[in-house]
Amino acid sequence: MRRLIAILGATLLVAAACGGTSGGPGASATAVKLNDGKLVIGVINDQSGVYADLSGKNAVEAVKMAVEDFKAKYGDNVLGGTIEVITADHQNKADVASAKAQEFYERNGADIILDVPTSSAALAIAKVANDQKKLYINVTAASTDLTAAASCNKYTFHYAYDTYMLAQGTGITVTQQGGKSWYIIYPNYAFGQDMEKSFRAAVISAGGNVIQSDGSPFPNTTGDFSSLLLKAGQLKPQVLGAMQAGGDLVNVVKQYNEFKLKDQNIKLAIGLLFDTDITALGQDAFAGTLYTTPWVWSMDDQSKQFADKFLKRTGIRPTFAHAGNYSAAWQYMEAVRRGGTDDADAVVKQLEGYKFSDFFIRNGVVRPEDHWVMHDALIAQVKPKSEAKEPFDYSKVVGTLSAEKASRPLADGGCKMPK
Amino acid sequence: MDYVALQLFNGLANGSFYALLSLGLAVIFGVLRVVNFAHGALYMLGAFAAYLLLQDFGVGFWPALVIAPLAIGVAAMGLERLLIRRLYGLDPLYNFLLTFGLTLIIQDGMRLRFGLQGQPYPAPAELTGSFSLGPVGYPTYRLFVIVFSLAVCVLVWYVIERTRVGMVVRASTERPELTRALGINVDRWVTPVFGFGVALAALGGVLAAPMRNVSPLMGSELIIFAFAVVVIGGMGSIVGAVVAGFLVGILASLAAVFNPALENVLAFALMAVVLLVRPAGLFGSVDRT
Repeated sequence: MRRLIAILGATLLVAAACGGTSGGPGASATAVKLNDGKLVIGVINDQSGVYADLSGKNAVEAVKMAVEDFKAKYGDNVLGGTIEVITADHQNKADVASAKAQEFYERNGADIILDVPTSSAALAIAKVANDQKKLYINVTAASTDLTAAASCNKYTFHYAYDTYMLAQGTGITVTQQGGKSWYIIYPNYAFGQDMEKSFRAAVISAGGNVIQSDGSPFPNTTGDFSSLLLKAGQLKPQVLGAMQAGGDLVNVVKQYNEFKLKDQNIKLAIGLLFDTDITALGQDAFAGTLYTTPWVWSMDDQSKQFADKFLKRTGIRPTFAHAGNYSAAWQYMEAVRRGGTDDADAVVKQLEGYKFSDFFIRNGVVRPEDHWVMHDALIAQVKPKSEAKEPFDYSKVVGTLSAEKASRPLADGGCKMPK
Repeated sequence: MDYVALQLFNGLANGSFYALLSLGLAVIFGVLRVVNFAHGALYMLGAFAAYLLLQDFGVGFWPALVIAPLAIGVAAMGLERLLIRRLYGLDPLYNFLLTFGLTLIIQDGMRLRFGLQGQPYPAPAELTGSFSLGPVGYPTYRLFVIVFSLAVCVLVWYVIERTRVGMVVRASTERPELTRALGINVDRWVTPVFGFGVALAALGGVLAAPMRNVSPLMGSELIIFAFAVVVIGGMGSIVGAVVAGFLVGILASLAAVFNPALENVLAFALMAVVLLVRPAGLFGSVDRT
């Protein structure tokens, strides 16, 4: 009996601790020479945890679609060899991500790694990419540190969105609409801390103030945010800024509605919203919510075209992470084709300063100084269910944030790009 | 009413879930000597049962509160007959491993079908309002959860400690041979008791559906807490499980006033202290081995 208790106790302690289309000038197709006769694209992301739905296996499908479409457009042998897509689950752990990246670059001959949600894992892979002198285009991690002094490097690019973009969009729009006083709650790890910093700066720059901010445990094993929401009721801010993502966000919104904070005139502003979150809670629970996103599937015809193909293949409409992975893979293959080689340094040269637009990126420029891919961001609003024309028709675009406004000024990041 | 006092209610609401889950665990452990690791997964199934009843059959919250625990309890009885029963003679660790394996199968099965992101479930219309406590409102649904779970806990305690059925069950637990000698069929009680314990977990799941993200991982996160609660209360002790459940809920919520991070740690700190000072738990007695 005692032994059983002891073993059980020990087990618990251990468990608790762990707790397209392309724009740009079409260079005339020169013969491409691949180093080892093939191009290998690695996708590393969360395939079993909280971020598995918003990117996960379907992001891998998106990359495969990009490869198929690329071949369909230019011919099977366009890059002078086979194009392979390999994938691994990083379980949202930085050490697993780092080991997998190492393995992909060294043993599997990966030329590039894509996706990588979870900022801590993304930062770990950026370091491996730099050590191995191989490419990494981040799509789903949001941390601005990827392009800041501490982590920016020659081989790492930041593609779809970052916390600065989200804060400039949502933080400033909501503050300008009269939400002057903010109470910010954020998940206490790299992503959340970065979101808090970016939103605080954006709110203050728009003439608002942040009364207080509190970190919530990550991962939040109890799924309970009531103590923070109760505090919000006491602080009476005009806006509750929720920086949680995925399942945590769903719990926050569910409990925000439960505590009737809206009736107390406390508006909810959401830092990062994916379509999968809306599926989880029901469209009406989010109706009216303003948020910032790089892409909405229903925004125009070419996006819809991609979304239709994606739906046929996976059964769901794509999140912006899925579309971003397709687009990033496509632009990478374009760069290889233009440069005529998969040599990493040559591809970097092709990408730096490249101006392009595709269904996902509009007015895009790859900023050579820090490898942030500047592009327009969208201000979107969740529609009530009564306005939805079909399943997954969640949001409408209500504004655009120009590429300049959506991109952090170079001086703020302080990246000194090694040549 | 000020913030700290309101936190007490949050503590009670969270404690309700700990209490329901650990009560089921304690009943099962008391009678079967099985550490049911699948309890969290069965709690999750409870929430999904409520969701599916609403989605596919249009059955609302109130009937689901009865149907889901019954259905899952009966299914669990089948599980006991089919699998768990076979390992009684062996070291309890074998059943611990079996139920852990079942957890993985159930969770991943649900994940294949529903994904991880979770499903929407609204609170019943009667309880969506808020109850005014001084200047601030507190969600009526949470008050309902507190009252309802307390009532269930008291009822279970009453049945086990004060009725004839309870007496037989307790006797079968403490002195199985002697009970048999008195002409009582001990084995007859094993399967229903397991089903009953699991039904309590499923009931917790239905109650959680309007408050929490209904996702395949919702149970795996809570089960660890529930085990800590059972250890604090004393393995197999019914009163211990309930008292420790509410105690941990309240203390964790109050700790969160000072630092939100403490909320997740407190149960384990408390467990470590209790194991050091009273290894059998607050209400456990060592001789019930």
